[in-house]
Amino acid sequence: MARLNLFKESAAQAAIDDVMSDIERRLYVSPFGNCHVNLVASILKMCHAQSCGKCVPCRIGLSQLANIIEDILKGKAVSNTLDLLEKTALSIYESADCAIGYEAANTVIKGLRNFRGDYENHVANGKCSPDEGGSVPCVNRCPAHVDIPGYIALVESGRYEDAIRLIRKDNPFPTACGLICEHPCETRCRRNILDIGLNIRGIKRFAADNCRGSVPVPASAPQTGKKVAVIGGGPAGLSAAYFLQLMGHAVTVYEKRKYLGGMLRYGIPSYRLPREELQRDIDAILSTGVAIHPDTDIAGKDSLDGLRKQYDAMFIAVGAHTEKRLGIAGETLRGAMSAVQMLRAIGDGQLPDFKGKRVIVIGGGNVAMDVARSSVRLGAANVSVAYRRRQNDMTALPEEIEGAIAEGCEILALQAPVAIEGDRDDNVTALLTQPQIIGPIEDGRPKPLNADKPQQRIPCDLVILAVGQDIEADSFVPFGVKAKRNIFQTRSDVSIEGMPGVFAGGDCATGPATVIRAIEAGKVAAANIDHYLGFDHKISVDVAIPEPGLTNKKYWGRVNMREKEPSERKDNFNIMEFGMSREEAIQESGRCLRCDRFGYGSFRGGRNAQW
Amino acid sequence: MVKLMIDNKAITAKEGESILAAAKSAGIAIPTLCHLEGLNEIGACRVCVVEVKGLDRLVAACNTPVEDGLTILTNSPRVRQARKVNVNLLLSRHDCQCLTCARSGNCALQNLANNLGIVERVYKNETIPADWDASFPLIRDMGKCVQCMRCIQVCDNIQDLHVWDLVNFGSHIDVDVSGNKKIHETDCSLCGQCITHCPVGALTARDDTEKVLDALANPDVITLVQVAPAVRAAWAEALGASREDATPGKMAAALRRIGFDYVFDTDFAADLTIMEEGSEFLERVLHAKEKPRYPMFTSCCPGWVRFIKSQYPDMVDCLSSAKSPQQMFGAVAKSYFAETKNIDPKKLFVVSIMPCVAKKHEAALPTMNSAGAGQDVDIVLTTREFSRLLRSENINIASLKEEVFDDPLGEASGAGIIFGATGGVMEAALRTVYCIITGKKPPSDDAFKGVRGSMHGWKSAAFDVAGTTVKVAVASGLGNTRKLMEAIRAGTAHYDFVEIMACPGGCSGGGGQPIAMGEELAETRGNNLFRLDATAALRYSHENPSVQAVYDKYLEKPLSHKAHHLLHSDHHDWSMPHR
Repeated sequence: MARLNLFKESAAQAAIDDVMSDIERRLYVSPFGNCHVNLVASILKMCHAQSCGKCVPCRIGLSQLANIIEDILKGKAVSNTLDLLEKTALSIYESADCAIGYEAANTVIKGLRNFRGDYENHVANGKCSPDEGGSVPCVNRCPAHVDIPGYIALVESGRYEDAIRLIRKDNPFPTACGLICEHPCETRCRRNILDIGLNIRGIKRFAADNCRGSVPVPASAPQTGKKVAVIGGGPAGLSAAYFLQLMGHAVTVYEKRKYLGGMLRYGIPSYRLPREELQRDIDAILSTGVAIHPDTDIAGKDSLDGLRKQYDAMFIAVGAHTEKRLGIAGETLRGAMSAVQMLRAIGDGQLPDFKGKRVIVIGGGNVAMDVARSSVRLGAANVSVAYRRRQNDMTALPEEIEGAIAEGCEILALQAPVAIEGDRDDNVTALLTQPQIIGPIEDGRPKPLNADKPQQRIPCDLVILAVGQDIEADSFVPFGVKAKRNIFQTRSDVSIEGMPGVFAGGDCATGPATVIRAIEAGKVAAANIDHYLGFDHKISVDVAIPEPGLTNKKYWGRVNMREKEPSERKDNFNIMEFGMSREEAIQESGRCLRCDRFGYGSFRGGRNAQW
Repeated sequence: MVKLMIDNKAITAKEGESILAAAKSAGIAIPTLCHLEGLNEIGACRVCVVEVKGLDRLVAACNTPVEDGLTILTNSPRVRQARKVNVNLLLSRHDCQCLTCARSGNCALQNLANNLGIVERVYKNETIPADWDASFPLIRDMGKCVQCMRCIQVCDNIQDLHVWDLVNFGSHIDVDVSGNKKIHETDCSLCGQCITHCPVGALTARDDTEKVLDALANPDVITLVQVAPAVRAAWAEALGASREDATPGKMAAALRRIGFDYVFDTDFAADLTIMEEGSEFLERVLHAKEKPRYPMFTSCCPGWVRFIKSQYPDMVDCLSSAKSPQQMFGAVAKSYFAETKNIDPKKLFVVSIMPCVAKKHEAALPTMNSAGAGQDVDIVLTTREFSRLLRSENINIASLKEEVFDDPLGEASGAGIIFGATGGVMEAALRTVYCIITGKKPPSDDAFKGVRGSMHGWKSAAFDVAGTTVKVAVASGLGNTRKLMEAIRAGTAHYDFVEIMACPGGCSGGGGQPIAMGEELAETRGNNLFRLDATAALRYSHENPSVQAVYDKYLEKPLSHKAHHLLHSDHHDWSMPHR
């Protein structure tokens, strides 16, 4: 017999590894509204199966934790059951020998800390907390609750105009979202249980790209005679304006900048969202009869008070358009600028000339990538992105980072900016950085610490700070809006305490977030303003959704979006993403599991026909 | 040396020493369950957890080395809670039927639960029901196992037989017979070391006391009891009597109280064994025309016999054909003694009290019926069963008077007494062999004491006997035995005569002896036997008048036809594995 043998994975091991990765995806798409307590009990069983069995806390303890939770689920808990659960979990955490045991116990401890109410409800009432979930995961995950299975079915049937009309019931930006939505809908797609979630955004884009001409908006309800002012013509303000106008109210939008669109125009570069595409959505919104006042700054107590008197209700959606600074030396030098400044100029059609310049972008978010890639397109000699953490800690989408790198941007990871250096004429000459070492994980992210390495000097001509945006709260606080760290404080119905008839939403009430969350705020604002004005208008659409056909569901790859080659895209601001082909769109749509029609959807209804 | 604080006490400890050991040296007791020094320091039970200041989680004291500057609390609120929870978790998988457990009063888990003030089982009972062949001498109760892994470690690392293993994984893990076998299908030697190292009642020997009580109660049965040499060194340990108080004379008195009609001594049969085995040695080795390739091995230990039959079946012929003293006694009792007393041997019921589990198997072998009156030995009780019998009979050792064993099978020499300790059989044999060859006594009664006390590896010695060099070796414990066997087979070690005892330290550390938790008493008990030998009137087996009488009146001479029939056996009559 040989003394040593090469490791060879058995077929059985390969098969179980496969099952594990299936379960990993399945866990990830756990539906909202599942009983947390029940999930923890199941997870414990799985953890217990991983135990080697050497130690008491893990071998016996995990099973007893599951027993206690099972008692709780069966309504057999008594007054001290939660104490016993907590005490047992803590003891296992403290005394298990290895991570298999103590981290399993930690799962229970975390749950007891973060959803103790669920446990208590089970103990007190023998029942789970009221269901807060919905039956269709993508619709549930979409902040605007767009009828995703519905429009996917319409695309599959070739009914693109109907698809756009269906989307507009909840979201008046189908074209923009088809191009740049962060698609939270895809994250919990039930298709992950089989293979991988659908490319929902790509299907939406396909619908928008393939409409014959502009799709008319529905007729507005009879005029109510009520007037609503919307401050800010970004996605939140325009969404509210659109729906309020459809409800029969007269809406006027005040926009500080030259053009409507907010961050869709002044934040997102046109190679991702071409201006004419954005304009299609804006034109449709305006076709409802919304009045607009561009280039009009409504700020300060007097003008706000005046406006409030003129209108029956007011929606503030001014976004987050002021720049954040780092507070390091040299931020005011010539050649040091903020991402907001640069993108705003581009939005207004004033392209700066970066020809031959060495550019350093500071930051790791999507805006940093937008700025870096725009710099490439503006002719920069080289572009680097300096970031305090590691590349995989960047908050930018991985495809944005990869895209930037493909276009020639360099990522300077683990470099914390210390100062911007200038020459005698106050022109930027270099960025000084302190190399970092990745450190302990706090609040879910590893914290960078100063490494035991000397500072670095990186010569450059331009430094662009993309370290976050701020909200112009100072102009609104005297009017009565309350702000915490400049974020407007609103209720979940976007109303403002003590200011009847005044509503606020979007980035200004959340801090910089996504377009779809701004659209959600606009939708919520429209519903609640309508209600405030004494009405109960319903927004609905008259589109019949095709029934799913009888087909076998085969494991099938996902159609990903393709982009132009870097060489073709890096010297212009033309759109770089290719839409799906018809063949691809139909295939991808066919992967939809139609959760509106199967499972819980067929019981409680997979669709909100109106709101 | 490192300096640390334990329970607010400044302590200096040896580098690399465990927290448990450092605390113990400082007089601070930390409770343990699975820990077995030097053998099982795996931190499985998590009972010895302690708090180290600055660490988020507790650590096991048994396998965490001390570090300079540590501040340790062995009984903080965190420690107390975790310890209590862990013991309570153990109780949830433990059949807590203490009232009917052989280990009640001598159970590490019972002690822990009592000491920690656990008055209630708070977790759901998840006890696994026992599933075991109750007729096998070794009994395992799954419902009591605390998975401390000691049995696995003892069988792997001391006895090198690997009978026990972890079976299944995760939530269904358990300790069980290795290789998906039933216990009777394994190479288990029945040494019983797993039993004596089990902290609870999960491993026990089959209890046969009821059968003995039945025989004692039957007026048609005449009961004989024989007591093995090592039993006298341990019989009263579990009854709280001191070693000085627990004399062989009181043991004889106690046995009479229990009601045995004849109280005899296996030591007598040990002397008889020396006569047969010594003569066989002379014939097979010293007087052989051609010196055999392998030595002659003793055959008095049935654990060892099971071992050689399963591990070295090709060397079984090297075993002495002499039966063990237990079986020689049974055969002589049901023949010579019955004839002398004019008793129908079928009426005789021979009970032996042995420090051994394998003896239960040996007595039941189909070949062990040479006297033609059923099994030569009817029932074997372990020393532990004997202790329980004494307790159930309410026998107070302090009030017992010294009594003597009955004649004629109760007389023994010191050479017979030392059969109960490693090296003792060899020493006893050499004493007599020397006399036979030279016709005179050796220069000292203790001339061969160099073979005593073989605990690690094996001990060897060479003695000049009338110009012939006799090379001998002694090993105890089957791991040591395997090393010796491999050396002999490889030709790197050459001996004429080899003594093997399966249990470390010999029968005094036998698997049927009382269980002293956390203590290895084989040496202490063995020394007791050597002390009894030193003060014995007779030191040579061949000088035992009762032995001489057996030959004169019945067997004629060692290795005679009759002696062969009654006192020898063919090891090929049965094979391993054997139920």
